[in-house]
Amino acid sequence: MTETAARQTNGSFKWPEGGVTRVPYRLYTDPEIYAREQERIFRGPIWNFLCLEIHIPNPGDFKTTFIGEIPIVVTRDENGDVHAMVNRCAHKGSLVCLQERGNRKNLTCVYHSWTYDLDGQLNGVAFRNGIRGKGGMPKDFDPQKHRLEPLRVEVYCGMVFGTFSEETVSVSKYLGTDMDHHVRRNLGRPLKLLGFHSQIMKHNWKLYAENVRDSYHATLLHTFYTTFKVNRLDMDGGIALSDDGWHSISYAKRAKFEESEEYAAAEVHSAQYDSHLSGPEMLDAWPEFEDGITHSIQALFPSLAIQLTLNSLAVRHFVPRGIDRTELFWMYLGYEDDDEEQTRMRINQANLTGAGGLVSLEDGCINEFVERGTRGSSDDDVEFLEMGGLDVAPSEGSRATETAIRGFWQGYRELMEFA
Amino acid sequence: MAVAAPGIVEMDDARLRVQIEDMFSDYVHSIDDDRIEAWPEYFIESAFYQIISQEGYEAGHAIGMMHCDGKGMMQDRVKAMRDANIFEPHRYCHVMERPRLNRNSADTYSARTNFIVNRTMQNGDMETFACGKYLDSIDVSGETPRLRRRIVVLDSRRIDILLVYPL
Repeated sequence: MTETAARQTNGSFKWPEGGVTRVPYRLYTDPEIYAREQERIFRGPIWNFLCLEIHIPNPGDFKTTFIGEIPIVVTRDENGDVHAMVNRCAHKGSLVCLQERGNRKNLTCVYHSWTYDLDGQLNGVAFRNGIRGKGGMPKDFDPQKHRLEPLRVEVYCGMVFGTFSEETVSVSKYLGTDMDHHVRRNLGRPLKLLGFHSQIMKHNWKLYAENVRDSYHATLLHTFYTTFKVNRLDMDGGIALSDDGWHSISYAKRAKFEESEEYAAAEVHSAQYDSHLSGPEMLDAWPEFEDGITHSIQALFPSLAIQLTLNSLAVRHFVPRGIDRTELFWMYLGYEDDDEEQTRMRINQANLTGAGGLVSLEDGCINEFVERGTRGSSDDDVEFLEMGGLDVAPSEGSRATETAIRGFWQGYRELMEFA
Repeated sequence: MAVAAPGIVEMDDARLRVQIEDMFSDYVHSIDDDRIEAWPEYFIESAFYQIISQEGYEAGHAIGMMHCDGKGMMQDRVKAMRDANIFEPHRYCHVMERPRLNRNSADTYSARTNFIVNRTMQNGDMETFACGKYLDSIDVSGETPRLRRRIVVLDSRRIDILLVYPL
């Protein structure tokens, strides 16, 4: 038996030499690793995005979502407090809330009418005392011991986060000072939802986690910007990282466009077209922040990204739908105090991203190409991630780097305990 | 015969109905046959085009999945698709019901037309890609009818892989 086959049969996994510059394709296809992620990542000491606070503005409002594959319901109770529970009846495991959103006085499972308070506490079991003295629950049945599994929640910058772990520090500490500052910059004001949709991508969820951190591909694959000369690698920009490397910001500052020799020499297909929009008002924008940053994608471990590209503000949440499926939820936002003209600009700029985004639509298929390309690969085959160095470190002045991807894998390895 | 909503005059011009139905067919055929450059030509200059989910439409959301305010933005969509965007080759086949037309004024008609779009990938995979309705306002003041507004309302809020061709 070869060494490779032996490894497959005993299911063990060892990270290859080269640390986070080498990422085995097996991580995207191995069912045992996928199952371990549900436990160690999604139930681990991290904060998971659950929903926006504006999804549940009123007492009794609920919103269902997922952490990994686990169904979750988020509620706002009579006192205005936010709760999150596993959306799974303590009796037979049925979904308690079937709809994606709604308003209820309490949560009742349709199967046998077990009823829960908005904080997940069991407050009613149908026929608990039987019918005409017959049947019913045993005398020692204790409703206190049968509730919806609760999560710790924190409402942070208009978003509701949840964790299964008692160990997770506050969201702002989890993110670190710089990341916290940037989230507050973008979302630290009352928000309004301008639109939403989702898209199904046919690959493992981690390929999208890489994709949102992949500043190297941005202007090479996404050629709309370069075709219309909106954004190029030669713009002033860089990568900011949290101290642990888990979270990152890829940012660009508007600079005067100049033909770059690197583009011309590489003959990349993004540099060969003229730049005139027939509907230029699509890119009408105004400078919102004094720091001069016009584009930023902030990736928060494990499965959230916040974009503010020009004035297009959106939260992207990606959810595993099995080992080889990922659903990406796009929530487009504005601020409550936006005027009509600002709203118009955000609406037009929404054309840049999303499932039909002029800039980003390639991301719907590109990781499927990786998924398909790596089929039939051996356990020793790996991604090669040395662009911009071997380490996990911030990059000032250049986005031609994979440092943020390496940072993701650093966090992943730590949580998965992959030595 | 369906009863028209109060205050709306029903379609009563058979020749105009044929013209509008032909325009609708030509519109979807230009997409299905990959003559996408012709697609903006079915709109007036200042036309509005949007793809949005039923849920978003009912909630009054401004942002859906595609949004063109004026013919220029449609032409940019076409150009981006041809010159900039990367995607796996695929083909649509639109199947439409007979449009339900109403006359709103002398030169404006409104219409609702249900449709299904099948998508065939280069490897032969076929599936229903979209299902929904066109909600249209049609300008009939010119030689041929043109769309003043087309809102494509999709039953689903979820797009499979990506959306690059218009619907």
